[in-house]
Amino acid sequence: MRREPARTFSDLLPLLFPAAMLVVFFVIPFGIMIAVSFFRRQQGGFYTVDFVIANYERFLTPFFGDVLGFSLFLAAAVAVCCVLLALPFTSFLAGCSRRVQVVWLVGILAILSLSEVIIGFAWSTLFSRTAGIGNLLSALDLMETPKALLPGFGAVLTGMIYQALPFTILLLYPSLMRLDPSLLEAARTLGASPMRGFVSVVVPALRHTIAATLIMVFVFALGSYLLPQILGRPQHWTLSVLITDQAIYQSNMPFAAAMAVFLVLISLALVGLVLLVGGRREAAR
Amino acid sequence: MKGSASWLRRGYMALIALFLAAPLAVVAGVSVNEKRTLLFPPRGFSLEWYAAIFTEAEWRDALIASVGLALLSAALAVIVALPLSWFFWRRIAPWARVFQVLGVAPFMLPPVITALGFLTFWATGGVYGAPWTAVISHAIFFVTLPLVTISLGFSSIDRSLVEAAVTMGADDRTVFRTVVAPLIAPYLVSGFAFAFVLSLNEYIVAYMTIGFTMETLPVKIFNALRYGYTPTMASVSVFFVGIAVVAVGLIARYGDLPKLLGAWTGEER
Repeated sequence: MRREPARTFSDLLPLLFPAAMLVVFFVIPFGIMIAVSFFRRQQGGFYTVDFVIANYERFLTPFFGDVLGFSLFLAAAVAVCCVLLALPFTSFLAGCSRRVQVVWLVGILAILSLSEVIIGFAWSTLFSRTAGIGNLLSALDLMETPKALLPGFGAVLTGMIYQALPFTILLLYPSLMRLDPSLLEAARTLGASPMRGFVSVVVPALRHTIAATLIMVFVFALGSYLLPQILGRPQHWTLSVLITDQAIYQSNMPFAAAMAVFLVLISLALVGLVLLVGGRREAAR
Repeated sequence: MKGSASWLRRGYMALIALFLAAPLAVVAGVSVNEKRTLLFPPRGFSLEWYAAIFTEAEWRDALIASVGLALLSAALAVIVALPLSWFFWRRIAPWARVFQVLGVAPFMLPPVITALGFLTFWATGGVYGAPWTAVISHAIFFVTLPLVTISLGFSSIDRSLVEAAVTMGADDRTVFRTVVAPLIAPYLVSGFAFAFVLSLNEYIVAYMTIGFTMETLPVKIFNALRYGYTPTMASVSVFFVGIAVVAVGLIARYGDLPKLLGAWTGEER
Protein backbone atom coordinates (compact mmCIF):
# COMPACT_ATOMS: atom_id res chain seq x y z
CA MET A 1 0.00 0.00 0.00
CA ARG A 2 1.59 3.22 -1.11
CA ARG A 3 1.49 6.37 0.94
CA GLU A 4 -1.34 8.54 -0.28
CA PRO A 5 -2.24 12.13 0.50
CA ALA A 6 -5.13 12.58 2.91
CA ARG A 7 -8.07 13.66 0.75
CA THR A 8 -11.31 13.23 2.67
CA PHE A 9 -12.19 14.05 6.23
CA SER A 10 -12.37 10.36 7.09
CA ASP A 11 -8.70 10.03 6.05
CA LEU A 12 -7.87 12.45 8.86
CA LEU A 13 -9.93 10.65 11.51
CA PRO A 14 -7.04 8.58 12.95
CA LEU A 15 -5.16 11.81 13.58
CA LEU A 16 -8.02 13.29 15.57
CA PHE A 17 -7.47 11.65 18.96
CA PRO A 18 -3.66 11.96 19.18
CA ALA A 19 -3.74 15.52 17.86
CA ALA A 20 -6.42 16.52 20.35
CA MET A 21 -4.49 14.92 23.23
CA LEU A 22 -1.25 16.69 22.31
CA VAL A 23 -2.89 20.06 21.77
CA VAL A 24 -5.10 19.98 24.86
CA PHE A 25 -2.54 18.49 27.25
CA PHE A 26 0.72 19.88 25.93
CA VAL A 27 0.21 23.00 23.82
CA ILE A 28 -2.47 24.52 26.07
CA PRO A 29 -0.58 23.90 29.36
CA PHE A 30 2.44 25.45 27.70
CA GLY A 31 0.41 28.46 26.62
CA ILE A 32 -1.08 28.87 30.08
CA MET A 33 2.40 28.74 31.58
CA ILE A 34 3.58 31.52 29.26
CA ALA A 35 0.48 33.57 30.13
CA VAL A 36 1.02 33.04 33.87
CA SER A 37 4.57 34.32 33.53
CA PHE A 38 3.05 37.76 32.82
CA PHE A 39 0.50 37.58 35.66
CA ARG A 40 0.81 39.21 39.04
CA ARG A 41 1.64 37.20 42.12
CA GLN A 42 -1.16 36.85 44.64
CA GLN A 43 -0.12 36.27 48.24
CA GLY A 44 -1.56 33.01 49.52
CA GLY A 45 -3.21 32.12 46.22
CA PHE A 46 -1.97 31.24 42.77
CA TYR A 47 -2.00 34.50 40.76
CA THR A 48 -4.18 37.34 39.50
CA VAL A 49 -4.60 37.98 35.80
CA ASP A 50 -2.61 41.00 34.68
CA PHE A 51 0.13 41.94 32.27
CA VAL A 52 3.34 42.79 34.06
CA ILE A 53 6.96 42.13 33.19
CA ALA A 54 8.06 42.31 36.83
CA ASN A 55 8.64 38.53 36.87
CA TYR A 56 11.14 38.86 34.07
CA GLU A 57 12.78 41.89 35.65
CA ARG A 58 13.80 39.71 38.58
CA PHE A 59 16.24 37.98 36.21
CA LEU A 60 18.46 41.03 36.63
CA THR A 61 19.00 40.43 40.37
CA PRO A 62 22.40 39.07 41.45
CA PHE A 63 20.68 36.12 43.16
CA PHE A 64 19.16 34.90 39.92
CA GLY A 65 22.40 35.61 38.07
CA ASP A 66 24.29 33.41 40.52
CA VAL A 67 21.86 30.51 40.19
CA LEU A 68 21.79 30.78 36.40
CA GLY A 69 25.57 31.01 36.18
CA PHE A 70 26.03 28.01 38.45
CA SER A 71 23.42 25.94 36.53
CA LEU A 72 25.09 26.62 33.19
CA PHE A 73 28.56 25.94 34.61
CA LEU A 74 27.43 22.68 36.24
CA ALA A 75 25.65 21.46 33.09
CA ALA A 76 28.72 22.30 30.98
CA ALA A 77 31.03 20.47 33.39
CA VAL A 78 28.76 17.40 33.34
CA ALA A 79 28.55 17.45 29.53
CA VAL A 80 32.33 17.69 29.05
CA CYS A 81 33.12 14.99 31.65
CA CYS A 82 30.46 12.65 30.24
CA VAL A 83 31.66 12.96 26.65
CA LEU A 84 35.30 12.48 27.69
CA LEU A 85 34.36 9.33 29.63
CA ALA A 86 31.84 7.98 27.14
CA LEU A 87 33.76 8.46 23.90
CA PRO A 88 36.47 5.82 24.50
CA PHE A 89 33.97 3.56 26.23
CA THR A 90 31.44 3.65 23.40
CA SER A 91 34.11 3.07 20.80
CA PHE A 92 35.29 -0.01 22.74
CA LEU A 93 31.67 -1.13 23.08
CA ALA A 94 31.12 -0.80 19.32
CA GLY A 95 34.03 -3.20 18.82
CA CYS A 96 32.54 -5.89 21.07
CA SER A 97 30.49 -8.85 19.88
CA ARG A 98 26.77 -8.34 19.52
CA ARG A 99 26.04 -10.48 22.57
CA VAL A 100 28.33 -8.43 24.80
CA GLN A 101 26.85 -5.22 23.40
CA VAL A 102 23.30 -6.29 24.23
CA VAL A 103 24.25 -7.11 27.83
CA TRP A 104 25.88 -3.67 28.24
CA LEU A 105 22.95 -1.91 26.59
CA VAL A 106 20.46 -3.60 28.93
CA GLY A 107 22.47 -2.41 31.95
CA ILE A 108 22.92 1.10 30.56
CA LEU A 109 19.23 1.46 29.69
CA ALA A 110 18.22 0.13 33.12
CA ILE A 111 20.40 2.75 34.85
CA LEU A 112 19.13 5.47 32.50
CA SER A 113 15.55 4.68 33.48
CA LEU A 114 16.30 4.77 37.22
CA SER A 115 14.66 7.48 39.24
CA GLU A 116 16.78 10.50 40.13
CA VAL A 117 15.70 9.85 43.71
CA ILE A 118 17.22 6.38 43.65
CA ILE A 119 20.45 7.63 42.05
CA GLY A 120 20.68 10.40 44.64
CA PHE A 121 20.01 8.00 47.49
CA ALA A 122 22.55 5.47 46.16
CA TRP A 123 25.31 8.10 45.91
CA SER A 124 24.44 9.61 49.28
CA THR A 125 24.95 6.09 50.68
CA LEU A 126 28.23 5.61 48.83
CA PHE A 127 29.46 9.00 50.09
CA SER A 128 28.18 8.48 53.63
CA ARG A 129 30.40 8.09 56.69
CA THR A 130 29.23 4.64 57.76
CA ALA A 131 28.59 2.81 54.50
CA GLY A 132 30.69 4.48 51.88
CA ILE A 133 34.02 5.25 50.33
CA GLY A 134 35.22 7.04 53.48
CA ASN A 135 34.68 3.83 55.38
CA LEU A 136 36.64 1.84 52.81
CA LEU A 137 39.53 4.31 52.77
CA SER A 138 39.78 4.23 56.54
CA ALA A 139 39.75 0.42 56.54
CA LEU A 140 42.71 0.58 54.13
CA ASP A 141 44.41 3.15 56.42
CA LEU A 142 44.27 5.79 53.69
CA MET A 143 42.03 8.03 55.80
CA GLU A 144 42.37 8.37 59.56
CA THR A 145 38.71 8.43 60.50
CA PRO A 146 35.84 7.75 58.09
CA LYS A 147 34.44 11.01 56.74
CA ALA A 148 31.29 11.78 54.81
CA LEU A 149 32.02 13.07 51.29
CA LEU A 150 28.80 15.01 51.03
CA PRO A 151 27.19 17.49 50.76
CA GLY A 152 29.46 19.25 48.34
CA PHE A 153 30.15 20.19 44.77
CA GLY A 154 32.12 17.00 44.08
CA ALA A 155 29.19 14.86 45.19
CA VAL A 156 26.72 16.78 42.98
CA LEU A 157 29.03 16.56 39.98
CA THR A 158 29.65 12.82 40.46
CA GLY A 159 25.95 12.07 40.86
CA MET A 160 25.05 14.05 37.75
CA ILE A 161 27.78 12.42 35.68
CA TYR A 162 26.40 9.07 36.80
CA GLN A 163 22.93 10.11 35.71
CA ALA A 164 24.00 11.52 32.33
CA LEU A 165 26.68 8.97 31.34
CA PRO A 166 24.23 6.28 30.09
CA PHE A 167 22.44 8.95 28.05
CA THR A 168 25.75 10.11 26.55
CA ILE A 169 26.75 6.57 25.64
CA LEU A 170 23.42 5.97 23.89
CA LEU A 171 23.77 9.22 21.93
CA LEU A 172 27.25 8.29 20.70
CA TYR A 173 26.48 4.62 20.10
CA PRO A 174 24.81 4.78 16.62
CA SER A 175 27.56 6.98 15.13
CA LEU A 176 30.35 4.81 16.51
CA MET A 177 28.60 1.70 15.21
CA ARG A 178 28.46 3.25 11.74
CA LEU A 179 32.07 4.43 11.84
CA ASP A 180 34.18 2.51 9.36
CA PRO A 181 36.58 0.35 11.43
CA SER A 182 39.09 0.35 8.56
CA LEU A 183 39.86 4.02 9.36
CA LEU A 184 41.32 3.08 12.71
CA GLU A 185 43.02 -0.01 11.27
CA ALA A 186 44.72 2.13 8.64
CA ALA A 187 46.03 4.47 11.31
CA ARG A 188 47.33 1.51 13.30
CA THR A 189 48.97 -0.05 10.25
CA LEU A 190 50.74 3.24 9.66
CA GLY A 191 52.16 2.96 13.16
CA ALA A 192 49.87 5.09 15.29
CA SER A 193 49.36 4.00 18.90
CA PRO A 194 45.77 3.12 19.88
CA MET A 195 45.50 6.43 21.73
CA ARG A 196 46.94 8.46 18.86
CA GLY A 197 44.76 6.67 16.31
CA PHE A 198 41.70 7.40 18.40
CA VAL A 199 42.48 11.09 18.87
CA SER A 200 43.60 11.79 15.32
CA VAL A 201 41.15 9.59 13.37
CA VAL A 202 38.01 8.78 15.36
CA VAL A 203 37.56 12.16 17.06
CA PRO A 204 37.83 14.29 13.89
CA ALA A 205 35.56 11.92 11.94
CA LEU A 206 32.90 12.32 14.63
CA ARG A 207 33.27 16.01 15.39
CA HIS A 208 29.67 16.86 14.46
CA THR A 209 28.32 13.99 16.54
CA ILE A 210 30.51 15.03 19.46
CA ALA A 211 29.32 18.64 19.25
CA ALA A 212 25.68 17.55 19.06
CA THR A 213 26.15 15.13 21.98
CA LEU A 214 27.77 17.82 24.14
CA ILE A 215 24.76 20.06 23.62
CA MET A 216 22.19 17.31 24.20
CA VAL A 217 23.89 16.22 27.43
CA PHE A 218 24.08 19.88 28.49
CA VAL A 219 20.30 20.22 28.08
CA PHE A 220 19.79 16.88 29.86
CA ALA A 221 21.93 18.05 32.79
CA LEU A 222 20.07 21.38 32.98
CA GLY A 223 16.99 19.34 33.88
CA SER A 224 18.60 17.61 36.85
CA TYR A 225 16.51 18.57 39.80
CA LEU A 226 16.85 16.22 42.77
CA LEU A 227 20.57 15.47 42.77
CA PRO A 228 21.63 19.05 43.65
CA GLN A 229 19.19 18.90 46.57
CA ILE A 230 20.18 15.47 47.86
CA LEU A 231 23.95 15.70 47.32
CA GLY A 232 24.62 19.44 47.52
CA ARG A 233 24.14 22.50 49.70
CA PRO A 234 21.73 25.34 48.88
CA GLN A 235 24.46 27.14 46.93
CA HIS A 236 24.52 24.13 44.57
CA TRP A 237 20.87 24.51 43.65
CA THR A 238 20.17 24.83 39.96
CA LEU A 239 17.55 26.69 37.96
CA SER A 240 15.34 23.57 37.92
CA VAL A 241 15.39 23.45 41.74
CA LEU A 242 14.69 27.17 41.99
CA ILE A 243 11.68 26.89 39.66
CA THR A 244 10.10 24.16 41.80
CA ASP A 245 10.96 26.01 44.99
CA GLN A 246 9.23 29.18 43.75
CA ALA A 247 6.21 27.27 42.41
CA ILE A 248 5.57 24.97 45.35
CA TYR A 249 7.13 26.43 48.50
CA GLN A 250 7.08 30.19 47.84
CA SER A 251 3.81 29.83 45.88
CA ASN A 252 5.07 32.39 43.39
CA MET A 253 3.75 30.79 40.22
CA PRO A 254 4.30 33.80 37.95
CA PHE A 255 8.02 33.99 38.76
CA ALA A 256 8.41 30.20 38.45
CA ALA A 257 6.64 30.34 35.07
CA ALA A 258 8.87 33.18 33.87
CA MET A 259 11.98 31.16 34.78
CA ALA A 260 10.53 28.10 33.05
CA VAL A 261 9.92 30.13 29.89
CA PHE A 262 13.52 31.31 30.08
CA LEU A 263 14.74 27.71 30.48
CA VAL A 264 12.64 26.66 27.47
CA LEU A 265 14.23 29.39 25.37
CA ILE A 266 17.76 28.30 26.35
CA SER A 267 16.93 24.65 25.63
CA LEU A 268 15.20 25.38 22.33
CA ALA A 269 18.09 27.54 21.19
CA LEU A 270 20.51 24.72 21.97
CA VAL A 271 18.38 22.02 20.34
CA GLY A 272 18.06 24.31 17.32
CA LEU A 273 21.84 24.51 17.24
CA VAL A 274 22.00 20.69 17.18
CA LEU A 275 19.57 20.58 14.25
CA LEU A 276 21.65 23.19 12.47
CA VAL A 277 24.83 21.16 12.97
CA GLY A 278 22.98 18.07 11.73
CA GLY A 279 21.56 19.95 8.74
CA ARG A 280 24.94 21.25 7.68
CA ARG A 281 26.33 17.74 7.90
CA GLU A 282 23.53 16.45 5.66
CA ALA A 283 24.21 19.26 3.18
CA ALA A 284 27.93 18.42 3.12
CA ARG A 285 27.22 14.90 1.91
CA MET B 1 50.63 -4.17 20.22
CA LYS B 2 47.29 -5.94 19.79
CA GLY B 3 47.63 -7.27 23.33
CA SER B 4 48.17 -3.86 24.87
CA ALA B 5 45.11 -2.45 23.07
CA SER B 6 42.89 -5.26 24.31
CA TRP B 7 44.23 -4.80 27.85
CA LEU B 8 43.42 -1.08 27.67
CA ARG B 9 39.94 -1.87 26.42
CA ARG B 10 39.14 -4.37 29.13
CA GLY B 11 40.57 -2.21 31.88
CA TYR B 12 38.67 0.87 30.82
CA MET B 13 35.38 -0.96 30.38
CA ALA B 14 35.84 -2.58 33.79
CA LEU B 15 36.36 0.85 35.36
CA ILE B 16 33.16 2.18 33.81
CA ALA B 17 31.33 -0.95 34.94
CA LEU B 18 32.65 -0.38 38.46
CA PHE B 19 31.51 3.27 38.41
CA LEU B 20 28.04 2.28 37.20
CA ALA B 21 27.64 -0.66 39.57
CA ALA B 22 29.26 0.64 42.79
CA PRO B 23 26.41 2.79 44.14
CA LEU B 24 23.85 0.11 43.40
CA ALA B 25 26.02 -2.60 44.97
CA VAL B 26 26.38 -0.56 48.16
CA VAL B 27 22.62 0.01 48.31
CA ALA B 28 22.07 -3.72 47.82
CA GLY B 29 24.55 -4.29 50.67
CA VAL B 30 22.92 -1.94 53.15
CA SER B 31 19.47 -3.30 52.28
CA VAL B 32 20.24 -6.62 53.97
CA ASN B 33 21.44 -5.17 57.29
CA GLU B 34 19.81 -6.90 60.22
CA LYS B 35 19.19 -3.66 62.17
CA ARG B 36 17.90 -0.29 60.98
CA THR B 37 21.39 1.01 60.36
CA LEU B 38 23.15 2.44 57.34
CA LEU B 39 26.21 0.20 57.41
CA PHE B 40 28.38 -1.25 54.68
CA PRO B 41 29.62 -3.98 54.74
CA PRO B 42 26.28 -5.08 56.25
CA ARG B 43 26.06 -6.55 59.76
CA GLY B 44 24.08 -9.75 59.74
CA PHE B 45 21.71 -10.76 57.00
CA SER B 46 18.00 -10.15 56.77
CA LEU B 47 15.42 -9.91 54.01
CA GLU B 48 13.02 -8.20 56.40
CA TRP B 49 13.27 -4.86 54.57
CA TYR B 50 12.18 -6.45 51.31
CA ALA B 51 9.12 -7.86 53.02
CA ALA B 52 8.48 -4.38 54.46
CA ILE B 53 7.80 -3.01 50.95
CA PHE B 54 4.66 -5.14 50.93
CA THR B 55 3.76 -5.30 54.61
CA GLU B 56 4.17 -1.66 55.67
CA ALA B 57 1.04 0.15 54.54
CA GLU B 58 2.77 3.42 53.54
CA TRP B 59 5.24 1.68 51.21
CA ARG B 60 2.68 -0.73 49.84
CA ASP B 61 0.27 2.12 49.05
CA ALA B 62 3.03 4.03 47.27
CA LEU B 63 3.97 0.92 45.28
CA ILE B 64 0.34 0.32 44.25
CA ALA B 65 -0.04 3.99 43.26
CA SER B 66 3.16 3.87 41.19
CA VAL B 67 2.36 0.61 39.39
CA GLY B 68 -1.20 1.73 38.67
CA LEU B 69 -0.01 5.07 37.34
CA ALA B 70 2.68 3.44 35.20
CA LEU B 71 0.34 0.82 33.69
CA LEU B 72 -2.42 3.29 32.83
CA SER B 73 -0.18 6.06 31.53
CA ALA B 74 1.94 3.69 29.41
CA ALA B 75 -1.25 2.23 27.91
CA LEU B 76 -2.59 5.71 27.16
CA ALA B 77 0.74 6.75 25.64
CA VAL B 78 0.56 3.76 23.28
CA ILE B 79 -3.05 4.57 22.38
CA VAL B 80 -2.00 8.12 21.45
CA ALA B 81 1.15 7.05 19.60
CA LEU B 82 -0.29 4.18 17.53
CA PRO B 83 -2.78 6.10 15.32
CA LEU B 84 -0.25 8.91 14.95
CA SER B 85 2.50 6.58 13.69
CA TRP B 86 0.01 4.73 11.47
CA PHE B 87 -1.06 8.03 9.91
CA PHE B 88 2.54 9.03 9.13
CA TRP B 89 3.14 5.67 7.53
CA ARG B 90 -0.09 5.63 5.48
CA ARG B 91 -0.52 9.25 4.42
CA ILE B 92 1.56 11.96 2.83
CA ALA B 93 0.89 15.01 4.98
CA PRO B 94 3.95 17.16 5.68
CA TRP B 95 1.94 19.57 7.86
CA ALA B 96 1.07 16.71 10.21
CA ARG B 97 4.76 16.45 11.17
CA VAL B 98 4.06 19.22 13.64
CA PHE B 99 2.37 16.56 15.81
CA GLN B 100 5.49 14.47 15.67
CA VAL B 101 7.49 17.43 16.97
CA LEU B 102 4.87 17.91 19.71
CA GLY B 103 5.17 14.25 20.62
CA VAL B 104 8.95 14.44 21.00
CA ALA B 105 9.14 17.89 22.63
CA PRO B 106 8.16 17.00 26.22
CA PHE B 107 10.96 14.46 26.31
CA MET B 108 13.66 16.81 25.02
CA LEU B 109 12.93 19.78 27.25
CA PRO B 110 14.04 19.85 30.90
CA PRO B 111 11.28 17.92 32.76
CA VAL B 112 10.61 20.71 35.24
CA ILE B 113 9.12 22.76 32.39
CA THR B 114 6.56 20.13 31.42
CA ALA B 115 5.83 19.54 35.09
CA LEU B 116 5.17 23.23 35.72
CA GLY B 117 3.00 23.40 32.59
CA PHE B 118 0.84 20.57 33.95
CA LEU B 119 0.70 22.17 37.39
CA THR B 120 -0.65 25.47 36.00
CA PHE B 121 -2.98 23.63 33.63
CA TRP B 122 -4.62 21.37 36.21
CA ALA B 123 -4.75 24.17 38.78
CA THR B 124 -6.46 26.45 36.26
CA GLY B 125 -8.91 23.67 35.41
CA GLY B 126 -9.74 23.21 39.09
CA VAL B 127 -8.88 19.50 39.17
CA TYR B 128 -5.44 19.84 40.76
CA GLY B 129 -4.51 16.72 42.74
CA ALA B 130 -6.97 14.26 41.15
CA PRO B 131 -5.17 10.93 40.47
CA TRP B 132 -6.26 10.74 36.81
CA THR B 133 -4.49 14.03 36.05
CA ALA B 134 -1.17 12.27 36.70
CA VAL B 135 -2.13 9.48 34.28
CA ILE B 136 -2.73 11.95 31.45
CA SER B 137 0.37 13.99 32.38
CA HIS B 138 2.64 10.94 32.33
CA ALA B 139 1.09 9.65 29.11
CA ILE B 140 1.86 12.93 27.33
CA PHE B 141 5.28 13.23 28.98
CA PHE B 142 6.34 9.75 27.81
CA VAL B 143 4.42 9.51 24.51
CA THR B 144 7.79 10.02 22.76
CA LEU B 145 8.88 6.46 23.58
CA PRO B 146 6.05 4.48 21.95
CA LEU B 147 5.98 7.07 19.16
CA VAL B 148 9.62 6.39 18.30
CA THR B 149 9.48 2.60 18.67
CA ILE B 150 6.16 2.18 16.79
CA SER B 151 7.29 4.52 13.98
CA LEU B 152 10.39 2.35 13.67
CA GLY B 153 8.13 -0.70 13.51
CA PHE B 154 6.12 0.80 10.65
CA SER B 155 9.25 1.82 8.76
CA SER B 156 10.50 -1.78 8.90
CA ILE B 157 7.36 -3.19 7.25
CA ASP B 158 8.00 -4.43 3.74
CA ARG B 159 5.47 -2.47 1.67
CA SER B 160 5.21 -5.23 -0.94
CA LEU B 161 3.51 -7.42 1.70
CA VAL B 162 0.87 -4.76 2.10
CA GLU B 163 0.57 -4.35 -1.69
CA ALA B 164 -0.08 -8.06 -1.99
CA ALA B 165 -2.85 -7.89 0.60
CA VAL B 166 -4.45 -4.91 -1.17
CA THR B 167 -4.30 -6.68 -4.54
CA MET B 168 -6.20 -9.56 -2.97
CA GLY B 169 -8.89 -7.10 -1.99
CA ALA B 170 -8.07 -6.23 1.61
CA ASP B 171 -9.16 -2.82 2.88
CA ASP B 172 -7.29 -0.67 5.44
CA ARG B 173 -8.90 -2.41 8.38
CA THR B 174 -8.10 -5.91 7.15
CA VAL B 175 -4.54 -4.94 6.21
CA PHE B 176 -4.03 -3.53 9.69
CA ARG B 177 -5.40 -6.62 11.41
CA THR B 178 -3.71 -9.27 9.29
CA VAL B 179 -0.43 -7.72 8.16
CA VAL B 180 0.48 -4.60 10.10
CA ALA B 181 -0.55 -5.54 13.64
CA PRO B 182 1.51 -8.75 13.89
CA LEU B 183 4.58 -7.00 12.46
CA ILE B 184 4.52 -4.01 14.77
CA ALA B 185 3.45 -5.88 17.91
CA PRO B 186 7.03 -6.25 19.29
CA TYR B 187 7.64 -2.50 18.79
CA LEU B 188 4.36 -1.73 20.51
CA VAL B 189 5.39 -3.83 23.50
CA SER B 190 8.84 -2.16 23.61
CA GLY B 191 7.24 1.28 23.59
CA PHE B 192 4.87 0.25 26.36
CA ALA B 193 7.68 -1.25 28.44
CA PHE B 194 9.91 1.84 28.13
CA ALA B 195 7.04 4.17 29.04
CA PHE B 196 6.06 1.88 31.94
CA VAL B 197 9.54 1.77 33.49
CA LEU B 198 10.14 5.51 33.08
CA SER B 199 6.73 6.38 34.53
CA LEU B 200 7.41 4.10 37.48
CA ASN B 201 10.61 6.04 38.21
CA GLU B 202 9.45 9.53 37.36
CA TYR B 203 9.51 12.10 40.14
CA ILE B 204 8.89 15.69 39.20
CA VAL B 205 5.74 15.46 37.07
CA ALA B 206 4.15 13.09 39.60
CA TYR B 207 5.16 15.42 42.42
CA MET B 208 3.81 18.56 40.77
CA THR B 209 0.51 17.01 39.71
CA ILE B 210 -0.51 14.75 42.61
CA GLY B 211 2.33 15.24 45.11
CA PHE B 212 0.06 16.63 47.81
CA THR B 213 -2.73 14.09 47.54
CA MET B 214 -0.93 10.83 46.74
CA GLU B 215 2.58 9.47 47.07
CA THR B 216 4.16 7.51 44.25
CA LEU B 217 7.23 5.51 45.21
CA PRO B 218 9.89 8.01 44.05
CA VAL B 219 8.01 10.78 45.89
CA LYS B 220 7.75 8.54 48.96
CA ILE B 221 11.50 7.79 48.90
CA PHE B 222 12.36 11.48 48.64
CA ASN B 223 9.96 12.45 51.43
CA ALA B 224 11.37 9.70 53.65
CA LEU B 225 14.93 10.77 52.78
CA ARG B 226 14.29 14.18 54.39
CA TYR B 227 13.77 12.54 57.77
CA GLY B 228 16.89 10.41 57.49
CA TYR B 229 17.51 6.82 56.56
CA THR B 230 15.12 3.88 56.67
CA PRO B 231 16.23 0.50 55.30
CA THR B 232 13.05 0.14 53.22
CA MET B 233 14.32 2.85 50.85
CA ALA B 234 17.34 0.66 50.13
CA SER B 235 15.30 -2.48 49.54
CA VAL B 236 12.78 -0.64 47.37
CA SER B 237 15.61 0.89 45.30
CA VAL B 238 17.07 -2.55 44.66
CA PHE B 239 13.57 -3.77 43.79
CA PHE B 240 13.22 -0.95 41.23
CA VAL B 241 16.63 -1.68 39.71
CA GLY B 242 15.42 -5.28 39.34
CA ILE B 243 12.21 -4.18 37.59
CA ALA B 244 14.16 -1.95 35.19
CA VAL B 245 16.63 -4.72 34.32
CA VAL B 246 13.81 -7.25 33.76
CA ALA B 247 11.80 -4.85 31.58
CA VAL B 248 14.76 -3.80 29.43
CA GLY B 249 15.94 -7.42 29.32
CA LEU B 250 12.56 -8.46 27.93
CA ILE B 251 12.75 -5.73 25.28
CA ALA B 252 16.20 -7.02 24.32
CA ARG B 253 14.98 -10.62 24.31
CA TYR B 254 11.99 -10.00 22.01
CA GLY B 255 13.29 -7.05 20.03
CA ASP B 256 16.48 -5.82 18.44
CA LEU B 257 18.01 -3.50 21.03
CA PRO B 258 20.98 -2.23 18.95
CA LYS B 259 18.61 -1.42 16.07
CA LEU B 260 16.09 0.21 18.39
CA LEU B 261 18.78 2.44 19.88
CA GLY B 262 20.31 3.27 16.52
CA ALA B 263 16.99 4.49 15.22
CA TRP B 264 16.29 6.19 18.50
CA THR B 265 18.98 8.79 18.23
CA GLY B 266 18.46 9.04 14.49
CA GLU B 267 14.94 10.22 15.30
CA GLU B 268 16.07 12.65 17.92
CA ARG B 269 18.34 14.71 15.81
